[in-house]
Amino acid sequence: MTRFSFSSTPLDIAALQGSLRDVTCGGFVAFEGWVRNHNEGQRVTQLEYEAFEALAVKEGEQVIAEARARFGIENARCVHRVGTLDLTDVAVWVGVSAPHRDEAFRACRYIIDEVKHRLPIWKKEHYENGDSGWVNCERCAAAAHDHPEHDHAHAHA
Amino acid sequence: MTAQLLGLVLAGGRSTRMQRDKAALQYRDGQTQLAAAVAALRPFVADVFVSVRADQRDDSTRREFKQIVDQIDSAGPIAGITAAQAEHPQAAWWVLACDLPFLDAATLDHLAAQRDSSCDATAYRSSHDGLPEPLCAIYEPRSREPLAAFLAAGRQCPRKFLLQANTRLLAAPHAHALDNANTSEDYWQAMAKLNPTQADTARDIHVQYFALLREQAGRREQTLTTTARTPRELYDELRQQYPFTLSPDVLRVAVNGEFADWSRPLSTADAVVFIPPVAGG
Repeated sequence: MTRFSFSSTPLDIAALQGSLRDVTCGGFVAFEGWVRNHNEGQRVTQLEYEAFEALAVKEGEQVIAEARARFGIENARCVHRVGTLDLTDVAVWVGVSAPHRDEAFRACRYIIDEVKHRLPIWKKEHYENGDSGWVNCERCAAAAHDHPEHDHAHAHA
Repeated sequence: MTAQLLGLVLAGGRSTRMQRDKAALQYRDGQTQLAAAVAALRPFVADVFVSVRADQRDDSTRREFKQIVDQIDSAGPIAGITAAQAEHPQAAWWVLACDLPFLDAATLDHLAAQRDSSCDATAYRSSHDGLPEPLCAIYEPRSREPLAAFLAAGRQCPRKFLLQANTRLLAAPHAHALDNANTSEDYWQAMAKLNPTQADTARDIHVQYFALLREQAGRREQTLTTTARTPRELYDELRQQYPFTLSPDVLRVAVNGEFADWSRPLSTADAVVFIPPVAGG
């Protein structure tokens, strides 16, 4: 089964949750990443997501396999949006089902953290003042210019 | 009276089999095949035009030349020739393909010297099959109406046109002077003969661009011939060409769909992606 995927249309949360329902599981944890209206002091109006899907899917499946091996959960899925998103849209959904709640919470946290840091997915913010910028890229480029010795390892695993 | 001779370099093809623009290929001296063909024709003609499709007018390989735009779609070289004849009906046209890496001065001199303006056309006989070579040939003004009629009848092969027309056929001074390079393999075989040093060290790499790099490169992907031996050298080379603001320190690299080391050796047909700082979630 495909556990990590991309979607260019709004997510069907009920269907995703239903796909993880299991008689052996007493706990289900989900995380939803939403589009919010501000970031780093700027008023955000819209987001655009772009992904190198071939590699991101491979890496996403790997993250979920790691979570299953590490936390002993029953099942997990993650879906990430690509394309243009409006405020309050769900950008990413992670769901984990497990016999008990503790491993479900921990595995869910692990998956979203690793997905954010490891997968080749990019986010462009559009601001109220008409500007736009690729998150972690524009400031990075400016910082590289001003402070060549600065450590830029933040966005990489 | 002999009609004024104009040059028409054909660069309206889709280069489907080469999988990249044949007009932009380079064998030597950093000169594109299109620029080489235009320069080769110039001494023989009053002016040189480049035959293009409408959507190619502004591309960087073609925009510096005078152009004649195809009036019909998907008809191949005959669309370019008939468009040129319609634009300058009194002129004779020296038609030249831009994918002839072995074309030499002797072949051009001989065609110019042997031109017979009382015929419909003057062309070489192929050294392979004896049929006329339509894409290094002179089409006299008198060929305009029969060629237009040929096209209107739904026929598109200029070689068949020359066969049925009153064509003066010449033996080529060199057997392979008009061999064309249609595929990547043809290209590399020609490169091995014309520029063996480059053939030994250069490779074809496919590059895909995402996010900020896509915007700064102004394209999603390209195939390029490069002497870069590693992704690190390739990124340095691309930075000369594009206004990339990201330093390689903040990028990761993937080769053939897997994360890879910056010093991994590259070989022909490798697919490289430079990965800007990510921001999923």
